[in-house]
Amino acid sequence: MWFLEHAWLIPLIPAIAFFGIIFFGKKMPKGGSEIALVAMVAALVIAGGTAKQWIDYNDAPPAESATHAVEGAAVEEGAVAEEGAHAEEGAVAEEGVATEEGTHAVEGAVAEEGAGEEEHHVAPVRHTWTWWESGALSFTIGSHIDGLAVMLLLLVTFISTLVLLYSTEYVRGDRRFTHFFASLVLFSSGMLAMVLAPDMSQLILGWEIMGLCSFMLIGHWWEETANSKAALKAFLTVRTGDIGLLVGTAMLLGIFKTLDISKINEMAAAGEFESKKVLMWAAVALFIAAIGKSGQFPLHTWLPDAMAGPTPVSSLLHSSTMVVAGVFLVARLYPVFHVGLDINLLGQSFNLIAVIGGITILIAAGLAFVQNDIKKVLAYSTVSQLGYMMMGLGVGAWVPAVFHIFTHAFFKCCLFLCAGSVSHTASHHSFDMKKDMGGLARKMPVTFATWMVSTLALCGVPFISGFFSKDEIIDSAKYNGYTVFYYIGIIGAGMTAAYMTRATYLTFFGKARGAAAHFLGEEHHDEHAADAAADHGDAHGHDAHDDHGATVAHGKPLPFAPSDSPWQLTTPLLILGVLALISGYLNAAPLGKSWLRFEHWMISSAGLPFGEHDPMALPHPPEFKWMNTVPGLALVALGFLVSLFLCRGLFGDKAFALKGLTSRNKLAGAGHKFLVNKYYLDHLYEKVIVRGITGPISSAAYWVNQNILDGIVNGAGKGGRRTGELVYKYVDQGLVDGIVNGSGSSARATGGALQPMQSGKVNQYGALLFSAAAIGALVLVIVNS
Amino acid sequence: MLINEFLLLGAALFCIGVYGVIARKNAVLVLMSIELILNSVNINLLAFSLKHGDVAGQTFALYIIAVAAAEVGVGLGLVLLIYRNRRSIALDELSQMKG
Amino acid sequence: MIALANDINVAQQVGFGIIALVMIVAAIRVVTSNNVFHAALWLVLVMSGAAAQYLLLAAEFVAVTQVLVYIGAVMVLFLFGAMLTRASIGGEAGLNNKGYLVGIPVALLLAGTLGYALIDTFRDERLPQSFETGNLADPAGTQAITSVSDSIFGDYLLPFWALSFVLLAAVIGAIVLARKD
Repeated sequence: MWFLEHAWLIPLIPAIAFFGIIFFGKKMPKGGSEIALVAMVAALVIAGGTAKQWIDYNDAPPAESATHAVEGAAVEEGAVAEEGAHAEEGAVAEEGVATEEGTHAVEGAVAEEGAGEEEHHVAPVRHTWTWWESGALSFTIGSHIDGLAVMLLLLVTFISTLVLLYSTEYVRGDRRFTHFFASLVLFSSGMLAMVLAPDMSQLILGWEIMGLCSFMLIGHWWEETANSKAALKAFLTVRTGDIGLLVGTAMLLGIFKTLDISKINEMAAAGEFESKKVLMWAAVALFIAAIGKSGQFPLHTWLPDAMAGPTPVSSLLHSSTMVVAGVFLVARLYPVFHVGLDINLLGQSFNLIAVIGGITILIAAGLAFVQNDIKKVLAYSTVSQLGYMMMGLGVGAWVPAVFHIFTHAFFKCCLFLCAGSVSHTASHHSFDMKKDMGGLARKMPVTFATWMVSTLALCGVPFISGFFSKDEIIDSAKYNGYTVFYYIGIIGAGMTAAYMTRATYLTFFGKARGAAAHFLGEEHHDEHAADAAADHGDAHGHDAHDDHGATVAHGKPLPFAPSDSPWQLTTPLLILGVLALISGYLNAAPLGKSWLRFEHWMISSAGLPFGEHDPMALPHPPEFKWMNTVPGLALVALGFLVSLFLCRGLFGDKAFALKGLTSRNKLAGAGHKFLVNKYYLDHLYEKVIVRGITGPISSAAYWVNQNILDGIVNGAGKGGRRTGELVYKYVDQGLVDGIVNGSGSSARATGGALQPMQSGKVNQYGALLFSAAAIGALVLVIVNS
Repeated sequence: MLINEFLLLGAALFCIGVYGVIARKNAVLVLMSIELILNSVNINLLAFSLKHGDVAGQTFALYIIAVAAAEVGVGLGLVLLIYRNRRSIALDELSQMKG
Repeated sequence: MIALANDINVAQQVGFGIIALVMIVAAIRVVTSNNVFHAALWLVLVMSGAAAQYLLLAAEFVAVTQVLVYIGAVMVLFLFGAMLTRASIGGEAGLNNKGYLVGIPVALLLAGTLGYALIDTFRDERLPQSFETGNLADPAGTQAITSVSDSIFGDYLLPFWALSFVLLAAVIGAIVLARKD
């Protein structure tokens, strides 16, 4: 149990590394990146050990704590540790047996029991240290290990490690190389501290550290105004949500008289609160925080702008850390939301979380169509997937939503890193798919292959990770009576397939354009080099590292293009690609109940038992039937085909369409000849279909985004200013100034009279002081005698 | 011994110090007068300390001595600075703060 | 120290009277002397007298500190200050301003008020001979010193720390102020 008890090391090591990098990084041969990597690997190892021990602990929990409340856990750990020490040496085999028995028992319970049965409640392992106490209120810091925490610890440390490795190459030579790694490490540390939080105060601490670091990282290349504006926007938008977090936490403190997360969850699940209405408002306030952090509908605008940061930052922020924090908050305090918002009540088919999640799915997916920046496509895709997670939580599908965090982290991180790899190696630091990419599949096999796997996972193609999580969210929505959200879910899935097909096509197929053409050695005009040089100045700072720029420059063809990015870039890609492929099998519902390992490990963290239509209980996960997936898969296929069709028409050139087809003959099938011959239809498609349907819708969404939402904000600002002007004119100038001026002039007259006293001579001041004191003393003596 | 003997001595020193602060023009002499005042306070503190049998008075007398040393250090530093800038430490010429 | 039966120690009284007289005269000379160096030397006399009074008040440690810090250190500072500001050794005019017109009334007013209040309040209350109400078994006063140190490093530790910071700040401040840049 060593790891379970020392899990607090996981955030601590990166935090220490942060100071190490800040103070000594510049003197190190590799600019501090080695400290960062070592620290993150150490954290990863501890997180891995913790996960292993948690699985053991979960399978064979100590007898007392299995059914008991949380408070007991800390006390019982001593016993557990001792038992563990005894058992470790000799009785490995026995433990294995016990583990199996435990699982069987649980499965038996699942199979036999119907409603309202508490099953397999494993108390979390907690270590807390109170650092401030005032009356009944105490603030603690420490570690709270349960399934959810372990999952995210492992995820965050793992992805951070890969991203750090990737960054060593990606930002090599950057002028703030050391600071970049320092912020990255501190950022991970903040996320880890938040994940481990046993107490709302630690959660807020980690949450705010992340907010600060995201500001530093997004604005890493702050020399360009756009970048620093994006950083500010991210920070301020998230801060807006943070008000909700503080208010919500204060309300929780008011309701439950404690900040302890386990106790809050327990009391909420047991109905130990006075007013449900207050609880609901607390949940709403906390959800506002989640909206801000996780880029949900009204506050999602910061997330695409945050792409101004370096790509590793985008991939870390948008896969496993920053944006997941909001989902984590909801998942962590799930009983509060579940009870407060009546998620599993009979006949309930709408609630705030589901509605916001659903809107986010559609809006973000729509916006992803009109983006030319590959990272912005991915950013909107992230927003949309976060919408799925929120919707999952909103419809009571806790396990699938949490599982979607898990799978999404791998494939989305992989996609971002692929985009970075393309930009770093092929497109000369440009992220513009239309200008600087295309046809890259041939030259970048590793990047292409991992991109494809991740894309398929994102689209929810069966037997790849995303399918298992996303499909289950959609399924649960239908099963739990949230029919509207079921349709939103499958439509969103279709749209995901469509926009990802577009992005894939533009990046990897078709005619190579701009910088990519140079990279491929296909076209070499000077204009293109100039274009590329002009383009890549716009959004991305990349001041320092123009290593391969030298080989590309001056319109010369590349003598030979490197076949792919350097190993520091491809290794993380490969690892993540493999995980994107297989991570879904941890909770593969289609393969039967025994594959639901993830659910088994996680479910005690939800804080609620399963039950039928009871606000105090989670709905049962739906029975998996292949029939249920058919509509969703059909829409995915439809989206894929339509998008492919359009892309070929729109972006494929005659000559290059043929060329592109040779590489993907099977995908296009017999349709390609039709397409090539109907070349003039392409314009029709572009003008009628895209401009007529997708264009307006997406533009409308974009317009809503830019004008209405921003307009509200600006309007509020303008209204405030108008009011301010009126107040200034009449109240200020007329009334207040009159009073002020009057008192001013009288003060001036007094001052004039007293002016001689301010002689500036120390002796006179002394004389005044002492004579005043003497007279005061005299008065006191006279009065008292 | 009457306590009043010491207290009156302290009072006398205090008043002489006050006179010095008011009447002296030379900054160093003003500082000396302030030392007189501090000493009179010390005498008072020690007298009351003995009267009440409590050593807290002695403790504070010691603290006053230490603070007075610091005060003299800083005060003379200031005086030197003024002298260096103006070639004079006559206080009534230092009236830039006149209102 | 010979304690008389009627609890009035004549030697002490006489000693106190002489020292107090010297101190007052010296103090008056401090504030009236026309020579900065003389004023400083008169001040030494006042300080020494105060140290003697501290002995009479059974505060040996404070007396020793007074001698060391005031007469030893602070007076040296004063003399340096006087020399560095080119005070003339032979005495000079213009050390006083017109302040005596204000100073004398204020000082007299204060003296009158204080004197009246003190005499009125304490009349003929007596001081104990030493701590522990006249117990002379501890002539060296070691016990008093012990309790002073207990007090400094016990009850009043926090002011002690604060004082350390004040001294540090004063040292730094004095250096910054007085150095030639």
